[in-house]
Amino acid sequence: MADNRQNTNLSIRTPRARVRGLGPSGHGAEHWWLQRLTAAANAPLMLAFVVIVALMAGRPYPEAVALMGHPAAALILILAVISVTLHMRLGMQVIIEDYVHDKGLRIAALFANNFYAVVVAVACLYAILRVGLARLA
Amino acid sequence: MAPTARPTVAQPLSPHLQIYRWTWTMAMSVFHRITGTALYGGSALVAVWLVALASGPAAYAWVAWFFGSWVGLLVLFAYTWVLMHHMLGGLRHFVWDFGVGLERGERLWLSRGTLIGSVALTVAIWALALILR
Repeated sequence: MADNRQNTNLSIRTPRARVRGLGPSGHGAEHWWLQRLTAAANAPLMLAFVVIVALMAGRPYPEAVALMGHPAAALILILAVISVTLHMRLGMQVIIEDYVHDKGLRIAALFANNFYAVVVAVACLYAILRVGLARLA
Repeated sequence: MAPTARPTVAQPLSPHLQIYRWTWTMAMSVFHRITGTALYGGSALVAVWLVALASGPAAYAWVAWFFGSWVGLLVLFAYTWVLMHHMLGGLRHFVWDFGVGLERGERLWLSRGTLIGSVALTVAIWALALILR
């Protein structure tokens, strides 16, 4: 596909708009980009997450703690939590913007979306760090 | 210049899902949103599981009991399929983002492949997990 964005003869974008690189809404490109970036990170991280969950399943508590406390498992889980919560916050934001038409409701839903993503992220990270660091003491 | 009054007429909306004939690409697009929403809710289950593990043996025993029950196993099985479906759907979008795979036959098989691949991966993961147990 030909990229005509740099050519002012073929593109109607102004030089200033071209330099800012943000499109007509003033934002959006970074949302799209971060969605794809986290998607690329999620694929290997979540496959590893599935393996970790499968290994944890049915184990007695001390073994489960030891497995989760392993640096490799903890690192993979921390990376997965960061990438996934960023990704799901962006995805839900698009769904809200598409389907919630009432302005007040939409703002409330967007607030709730941000709070939910942060609460999930912080709860998971706290738990992973607590399990991972507890054995050092 | 005096501020212009906003028009009071309702903005026309573009036609939505109900007027279109269902196609594979459309169905998989809708599935991608549904599975994404399911994973969004499911992330709370992951948080509950991790926090229970960090809280001690009693809390973990409850959560382990739930996920070991047939309802819990059903949730985990569904979660696996939803995760695989959303992952393959995302990979399909990656292919399309590069402007390839958009011909009629290609996009049809990429969409069918998402469903076939997600079912195959889910069965493979559970079979492996049960065999290696």
